[in-house]
Amino acid sequence: MPMNTKEVLLDVKNLEVAFGKGKNKFQAIDQVSFQIYKGETFGLVGESGSGKTTIGRSIMRINEVTGGEILFHGKPINGKISKEWDREITQKIQMIFQDPMASLNERAKVDYIISEGLMNTKHYKDEAERQKKVHDALLEVGLLPEFASRFPHEFSGGQRQRIGIARALIMEPEFIIADEPISALDVSIRAQVLNLLSNLQKQKGLTYLFIAHDLSIVRFITDRTAVIYKGKIVELAETEKLFANPIHPYTRALISAVPEPNPYKEREKVMEVYDPSQHNYESNPPSFMEIEEGHFVLANDEEMERYRTTLEIEV
Amino acid sequence: MEEIQTKSRILSIQNLVIQFKLRGQVLTAIRNISLDLYKGESLAIVGESGSGKSVLVKSIIGLLEKNGSVAQGSILYKEDDLTKFSTEKDWLKIRGKEIAMVTQDPMTSLNPLKTIGKQIEECVILHQKLQGKEAYQRTLQLLKDVGIHDVEKRYKQYPHEFSGGMRQRIVIAIAIACNPKILICDEPTTALDVTIQAQILQLLKNLQQKYGLTTIYITHDLGVVAKVADRIAVMYAGDIIEVGQTHEVFFNGKHPYTWALLSSLPQLGAKGEELYSIKGTPPNLFKEIKGDAFAPRNPYALKIDFEERPPFFKVSETHYAKTWLLHPNAPKVELPQNLQAFFEEGRRFAHEH
Repeated sequence: MPMNTKEVLLDVKNLEVAFGKGKNKFQAIDQVSFQIYKGETFGLVGESGSGKTTIGRSIMRINEVTGGEILFHGKPINGKISKEWDREITQKIQMIFQDPMASLNERAKVDYIISEGLMNTKHYKDEAERQKKVHDALLEVGLLPEFASRFPHEFSGGQRQRIGIARALIMEPEFIIADEPISALDVSIRAQVLNLLSNLQKQKGLTYLFIAHDLSIVRFITDRTAVIYKGKIVELAETEKLFANPIHPYTRALISAVPEPNPYKEREKVMEVYDPSQHNYESNPPSFMEIEEGHFVLANDEEMERYRTTLEIEV
Repeated sequence: MEEIQTKSRILSIQNLVIQFKLRGQVLTAIRNISLDLYKGESLAIVGESGSGKSVLVKSIIGLLEKNGSVAQGSILYKEDDLTKFSTEKDWLKIRGKEIAMVTQDPMTSLNPLKTIGKQIEECVILHQKLQGKEAYQRTLQLLKDVGIHDVEKRYKQYPHEFSGGMRQRIVIAIAIACNPKILICDEPTTALDVTIQAQILQLLKNLQQKYGLTTIYITHDLGVVAKVADRIAVMYAGDIIEVGQTHEVFFNGKHPYTWALLSSLPQLGAKGEELYSIKGTPPNLFKEIKGDAFAPRNPYALKIDFEERPPFFKVSETHYAKTWLLHPNAPKVELPQNLQAFFEEGRRFAHEH
């Protein structure tokens, strides 16, 4: 996609999320800004505890935002908003969860699980239309319509994840947050679910926020990627640029730690270790700067100069 | 990668069949497996969930569920046939002392009510027959060995005061404290972050050298396998369908299931195109399987694959695969482009080494 024709679908500006108060205050997200364009897959990677899920949850409006704002189609989705807008966001932003064994109601039939969102938003005319929608959603994710009368325990992990996807799709969303959607699945099932997600994206022009810790999958599926470390985005770029020229030492450490399926390469690889104390941020605070077109990195002036030279050498 | 063939056998699994009784039906989880483990090597058992890899190692350490039993075959270790063991007392001779295990989830495998020092020391006292001060010193040494700093202070702390990676180090220290000959690592890094995963795998490799351990890794992550394994056994539906040295299985794999596993790696996919995925589902192990268990999902399946179970065909001294495609009369098959490229790249690397 050419750069200039892109429409910003989701705009996160100086987002801050804090848990607790006073002495126990924990800044989970610290001044995070990024934009997601319509139709793209935006990856968010980081270790556990880095805040990647918290960002997803604040876009879903599950976590309260303590600072900054989130704009969807240019309009804020947090704070005081009109009822109609609230309903529209609820319908247009959907989420796919990590563990399909835990995220489906064990006591409800698939029919109910898939249409629960519909019922809450009254997004259908009559019972016949609701059933038709469930029927179509199941077909779209590659399940049989008669599965609607079964319970979650009757399905395998891959099938359950498809139910989770159908549950999101039936709302006719524009934007889907997929939080580690395939980490709980087996290798061969992963490929099926990834293919399903990208086919649905093509058919329906969906936009994804893909949260994951497995960089080989992020590289395969995303258009742009942001790397998050301790609540701050340290680097953001087009995925191929990020993997070809990782700049920030944390990104470099993260990429070097991904095991490669090649015993020769894997055994000779030199791993980089990230030491946060290498930054001299007390006297020279960092900011989020553009190092090449569309490639941003968190650095202070002195580091920026160093990164620029390494980038020139490597390119 | 060194030659393993000359090394001595430490454990030998012969014609093993394991069955489970479930709701009046019989499930055959392990279908006639034979496998040798050589001293000092690191063997990776690769397979999807339900392929029987965990059941196989559980039978080695005597932790099969109550409804499971060995229906046929033997597991030979030293002078003993482990399948003949019936009481806990028998197993205590082996479990921990000779064969120890590191489990998947470090969050649930430690006792939350005891300091981690006491938990490690317990094993030191029991297995190394040390007492008092000596046991304490040995425990501190073990903590240092697994890369924990400030050991005197850490000794007195409880599991909740440690991160996931640190807890896995403690679980490893407990396993090592028993002075085992064989260490089984069941998905040791699945629950951990990539940077931590790399550290733990390096630690396990170092400990293997230092203590002269023989290790068995169970995993579904081919990246992990590439890092740690000397040999690979690929399991499908309760059977080992291919076994060989790591580079042989990676770059000269012969079984269509091995091909399928490699092809579904995102590294082999092209961006914007469909990733290869295995069609269908694994077979129902409650029913008897005729022929090659993978045949219904195998695009290269021959007629005989549906009728007769393939034996092991020899590819090299160390590499065997159970597929009729290796029969001299089998037709030649053309591999997909990306897999061919992957094999060729690997062979180039092999050439340079």
